[in-house]
Amino acid sequence: MFRTVLGEADIDRALTRIAHEILEANKGSQDLVLLGIPRRGFPLAQRLARKIARTDPAVNPDAMVGRLDVTMFRDDLRKHPTRPPGPTKLPPAGIDDKVVVLVDDVLYSGRTIRAALDAIVDIGRPRVVRLAVLVDRGHRELPIRADHVGKNLPTSSAEKVRVRITEVDSVDEVVIEGPA
Amino acid sequence: MKHLLSTENLSAADAIRILDTAEEMALVGEREVKKLPALRGRTVVNLFFEDSTRTRISFEAAAKRLSADVINFAAKGSSVSKGESLKDTAQTLEAMSADAVVIRHWASGAPARLAASDWIDAAVVNAGDGTHEHPTQALLDAFTLRRHWSQIAGRASLGEDLRGLRIAIVGDVLHSRVARSNLWLLTTLGAEVTLVAPPTLLPVGIADWPCRVSFDLDEVLATGPHAIMMLRVQGERMNAAFFPSAREYARTWGFDDDRLAALEVSAGKDTIIMHPGPMNRGLEISSAAADSPRSTVLAQVRNGVSVRMAVLYLLLSGDDSTQPTPAQEATV
Repeated sequence: MFRTVLGEADIDRALTRIAHEILEANKGSQDLVLLGIPRRGFPLAQRLARKIARTDPAVNPDAMVGRLDVTMFRDDLRKHPTRPPGPTKLPPAGIDDKVVVLVDDVLYSGRTIRAALDAIVDIGRPRVVRLAVLVDRGHRELPIRADHVGKNLPTSSAEKVRVRITEVDSVDEVVIEGPA
Repeated sequence: MKHLLSTENLSAADAIRILDTAEEMALVGEREVKKLPALRGRTVVNLFFEDSTRTRISFEAAAKRLSADVINFAAKGSSVSKGESLKDTAQTLEAMSADAVVIRHWASGAPARLAASDWIDAAVVNAGDGTHEHPTQALLDAFTLRRHWSQIAGRASLGEDLRGLRIAIVGDVLHSRVARSNLWLLTTLGAEVTLVAPPTLLPVGIADWPCRVSFDLDEVLATGPHAIMMLRVQGERMNAAFFPSAREYARTWGFDDDRLAALEVSAGKDTIIMHPGPMNRGLEISSAAADSPRSTVLAQVRNGVSVRMAVLYLLLSGDDSTQPTPAQEATV
């Protein structure tokens, strides 16, 4: 059982709105760093940066995006088969005293974001850390909330939310898979 | 992968996975906070029945950077000198709930015995056994080679193997577990290996090994190999005269100043000189060669920590409860 909740155009609109919200909350693009959480958070962060650069031509979108691998900081490492860590790449200017916006595709239990916050502490000391997600599906297990949300999707925990991004899955869509 | 006992049975995919993970670990070593929480609450025991400086320190640093607790055990000054057997030592460690045992032993096969027995549940990492294997040394050598040559080629090293590289391993092959581990790993990764040694220091049955054998160091150097790996002359394992004198060995088989100068003018522009350490300066390698910009001795030590972090992480971080122990199966 499939249900497509966001199509290509919906995702694009949501990202445009998030980009504007980020600029508005930050009062411009000063000190802004977007850190995408692999796999799908990273291409989303790149898209947000391009949208920000379109509004504010002074910024270089490539210099404000980084990727943050959180594998080694997860609290469920021993509940899954071994996962090799992926690359972490920070923007050339680093993240010290910057406004860091974490970008991920789905916010669910909040445990990935907890791991990301731990990872950030080890690589620098940003002024502020914010969170932008494409989909918030509820069922939080930790006191974490997103500052910028593309779409709130009330779901049952038996359902699966699949976010597909062209850069990774060659299609842009958000699908809810019902319980089998 | 539950244990790391040898490189002979390591698949190319597993080896590349370890090297790729080591690349990420190397980046952690460049950060201000050189620590990851991945192995918090796990215990790693360094079980050393033979002397070692860099391997033990390297494993200790690797385990600590992953936040594991480290217990160092050296046979000297322990109950082993009172005659305790490997089995009793292992069972003691099991009772202290060790998650990984890094073992160096003078007897070939001791780590395999430990891994195959039911004395201990922990993951076993071979840190050198007799004249058999020293897999993490081979992995760090492969890592060093891959980094150096992919940098020269201007490629990212992630996912790469060593296809097309020609490597000469020179010296005391007979007693060298480093040579054996490197031979298996480097050929698995696609490199061509040439062993260069006096006939007295080559093991029996070498004809079956996947490598070329040469008795002329200068001839091999003239072909411009990508790397020359000098082996330590293992005096402590030599119970007979394998070569007439140290001076003759140094002149015929050692990497001396003349050979270094010859390399500068020959085809081997980017050839690197590797040595697993500890070095006998003046015997198998001259001081000028060991300290030259071609020498990767210190890079090898640095990469050793990253590679050992990768090995410990890959062995210890995953879920090990999917395969029930015999005791659990019996109760079902």
